[in-house]
Amino acid sequence: MTEYNSYETVIGLEVHVELHTASKIFCGCSTSFGAPPNTHTCPICLGHPGVLPVLNRQAVEYAMKAAMALNCTVADISKFDRKNYFYPDSPKAYQISQFDQPIGENGWIDIEVNGETKRIGITRLHLEEDAGKLTHVEGGFASLVDFNRVGTPLVEIVSEPDLRTPEEAKAYLEKLRAIMQYCDVSDVKMEEGSLRCDANISLRPWGQEKFGTRAELKNMNSFRGVQRGLEYEQMRQADILDGGGTVVQETRRWDDSQGKTFSMRGKEESHDYRYFPDPDLVRLLIDNEWKERVRASIPELPDARQARYTSEYGLPAYDAGVITSSKKLADFFEESLAYTNDAKSVSNWIMGDLLAYLNQTGKEIDGVAITGQGLGEMIGLLEKGTISGKIAKTVFKEMLESGKLPQQIVEEQGLVQISDEGAIQSIVEKVVTANPQSVEDYRAGKEKAIGFLVGQVMKESRGKANPGLVNKLLTDYLNR
Amino acid sequence: MALFDKRLQDVHNELAAGKLSAAELTDASFKRIAETDGKIGAFLTLNEESARARAAGLDRDAGAEKGLLHALPAGIKDNIVTKGLRTTCASQFLSNYNPIYDSTAASKLRDAGAVTIGKLNMDEFAMGGSNENSSFHPVRNPWNTDYVPGGSSGGSAASVAAGQVYFALGSDTGGSIRQPASYCGVVGLKPTYGLVSRFGLVAFASSLDAIGPLTKNVEDSAYVLQAIAGHDGMDSTSANVAIPDYVSALTGDVKGLRIGVPKEYMGQGIDPKVKEAVLAALKVYEGLGATWEEVSLPHTEYAVATYYLLASSEASSNLARFDGVRYGVRADNPDNLIDLYRKSRSQGFGDEVKRRIMLGTYALSSGYYDAYYLKAQKVRTLIKRDFDQAFENFDLLLGPTAPTPAFRIGEQIGDPLTMYLNDIVTIPVSLAGVPAISVPCGFADGLPVGLQLIGKAFDEATVLRAAHAFEQHTDHHKARPQL
Repeated sequence: MTEYNSYETVIGLEVHVELHTASKIFCGCSTSFGAPPNTHTCPICLGHPGVLPVLNRQAVEYAMKAAMALNCTVADISKFDRKNYFYPDSPKAYQISQFDQPIGENGWIDIEVNGETKRIGITRLHLEEDAGKLTHVEGGFASLVDFNRVGTPLVEIVSEPDLRTPEEAKAYLEKLRAIMQYCDVSDVKMEEGSLRCDANISLRPWGQEKFGTRAELKNMNSFRGVQRGLEYEQMRQADILDGGGTVVQETRRWDDSQGKTFSMRGKEESHDYRYFPDPDLVRLLIDNEWKERVRASIPELPDARQARYTSEYGLPAYDAGVITSSKKLADFFEESLAYTNDAKSVSNWIMGDLLAYLNQTGKEIDGVAITGQGLGEMIGLLEKGTISGKIAKTVFKEMLESGKLPQQIVEEQGLVQISDEGAIQSIVEKVVTANPQSVEDYRAGKEKAIGFLVGQVMKESRGKANPGLVNKLLTDYLNR
Repeated sequence: MALFDKRLQDVHNELAAGKLSAAELTDASFKRIAETDGKIGAFLTLNEESARARAAGLDRDAGAEKGLLHALPAGIKDNIVTKGLRTTCASQFLSNYNPIYDSTAASKLRDAGAVTIGKLNMDEFAMGGSNENSSFHPVRNPWNTDYVPGGSSGGSAASVAAGQVYFALGSDTGGSIRQPASYCGVVGLKPTYGLVSRFGLVAFASSLDAIGPLTKNVEDSAYVLQAIAGHDGMDSTSANVAIPDYVSALTGDVKGLRIGVPKEYMGQGIDPKVKEAVLAALKVYEGLGATWEEVSLPHTEYAVATYYLLASSEASSNLARFDGVRYGVRADNPDNLIDLYRKSRSQGFGDEVKRRIMLGTYALSSGYYDAYYLKAQKVRTLIKRDFDQAFENFDLLLGPTAPTPAFRIGEQIGDPLTMYLNDIVTIPVSLAGVPAISVPCGFADGLPVGLQLIGKAFDEATVLRAAHAFEQHTDHHKARPQL
């Protein structure tokens, strides 16, 4: 096993985020995902002779919003450039992108790994158009191209080489996704390709300032894939260095099923993109008024929410971090708080039963039926003693699946907690009479025996007896 | 008088009075093409069936409101996209390309009532100044068919000169409307960059390309410009400016007009007979109460080099989409993807186009960009500044359109550098983006000579007014070639 700990890993990420505008960046075609191939196309996005691009203002605003949320400086003057390369997924044989005057520069985000906060620099954020999608026919005799995706607006977000572990890279990517989600500029779904990540990774001996030779990693299609790909790559490079070899600068492809990276092309095969300003588009002038208008549309971001949840609601930083890592989860949390004041309890239910259920089913919060109102009201029922904690778990499960409100579930299933002392007293007496041995044990000093008796009372009441009352009445009876 | 020599207003009056029909005009056009185009070669594609149907439709709807160019037979340069009408850019590569959309210029012509007769020959992808670079067949000058008509809008100029159409549209990147207009003795206007939408003009050099009219006289030029000018939401570089009434600007009055004559346009390399014709034109203006003085545009000598770097750089990118994948002619039996590109492009493009793609690719390459493309951009700024400064003192600049009259077919084809120098007085104007017109101002050895009038940005009205005044007091534009 290679000792890659003898090297420091340096990672920078290039993340592409599809902006969820209704239409494409330079024409009026729809951007919706999953349409039959080549149905969302027109002469413009197909690159027919004579067509011209017209910039989608919404795409610019989304890019500005994203840049601001990543603490970038938004340019006063931005422009678009052509990136020239031949490939069938690019109908004009150039991609309209931004070279030296991107929309945003010099930003940062904070990530948290192992309880420590680290600031990761963001070099730039630029706006560009997406390419089409190629499908290679089995047998290799043909490739099919779908131009539906061509012209979907993208922002490319380039980090500084500030990341030092694959785990940090994953945390960075997750934070980036959360911020894009909060800004509501993208669906950020890796599986649909609306969030894509390439990585540059190199190793250097500890203490060395100069970066080692890097490899560019592509085709990591999940958060886990990013971490695994980088882990594999740091091992591979360490192996080479340990063996006295040198790492080759190249582009490598991560193969998720084999768990390995493979060389795609070397440095000498890299393209000369011949960037130059696109003469079909005018310079993009962004005045302060526009900037301020966009800035005002940015909602509270994950870090601010996390801080608020700890200070305002007293949540542990970890819990607040988990809840705010997803905007929908955080929104769910806040919706619940409209129906109860017990934030801690809401947080516990989210961190416990809810996340367990989501992890188990692979769903996201918007994929389950439960509402914040349901959770909030359920906690209210718990506080009032209408239901027991045990019943609450049943109710919660039902809410996840049906979305019904707790009151209705409790009524339909007769789950109201028995808090009538007389009723419980009679069950207690019945149980005590039926279990003389346990009573004797308890009285002989085996205090544990009371647990068995409580369980019997709960069972007799079909779980509905108020556990606090059961405890109290049983203890009173036995100590009589 | 030939039908197409009648003034536009007279044609419209006759149409209104029922003395003439759109069908007769269209018929006259096809008849003249049948008689003359074997010698000239101006057309690549005829739109006969549709044109006749449209003319019949216009005649049927006699009560409908008449457009500015109602019933006028028009030829359209073959790099202006026409829906359903083959558009080849005179390239074998696009010999099978039938556009699925219309250019803004073509749809504006239709809105104005014009009848599209067909698509006009040109240098392949508008690269060239002699029309010898058409990959179908060269165009010949109607004044002497051994001579070139100029280019790249050679088909447009020759067709108008030969009386095949009432007017034509051309495109001008470095002189491609004005120079053939000069060689063929017609009026050619290159509008200010951005005045006429480029949407649907197959791009050669996007920062320079301009669509404009080629006509027999200045008045027609004003009418056609009126019909095609104006802001277009489909073209981000289209200017959002108020469009004046160009026809009513033709007052005939140039009294007090201050004309600057760039000394660089009258010096070395200018044929003495051309110079003589230009000086004679100055006398006409003097006689009409205008004044003139020499002025210097000091960066003129760098214009051709600057142009060939910038235009070729843009072209190398603009023409990359022709790869044989989605439209156009695809090479047979490629070994793989790269081979498909290589073969299709090797077979599809002609020599001049390849030459410019290579030049532009080189100029944009990593390591050369700063020395070539970027430097050329800076020089372009200086050239623009020359014009800005000249226009502080003058309303109009005047010079020849081309250093010489037309040359013999084949004379310069082996010498691209000499060929490039034919555009020495049109290219600076294109780089500055300002409007210019070429009007006939005489003959040298039986071939027409053109006078170039250059105006301030978006001041086409002054350019047209001055050109029109000149025309009113000369007969050069009335001369017709014998065919």
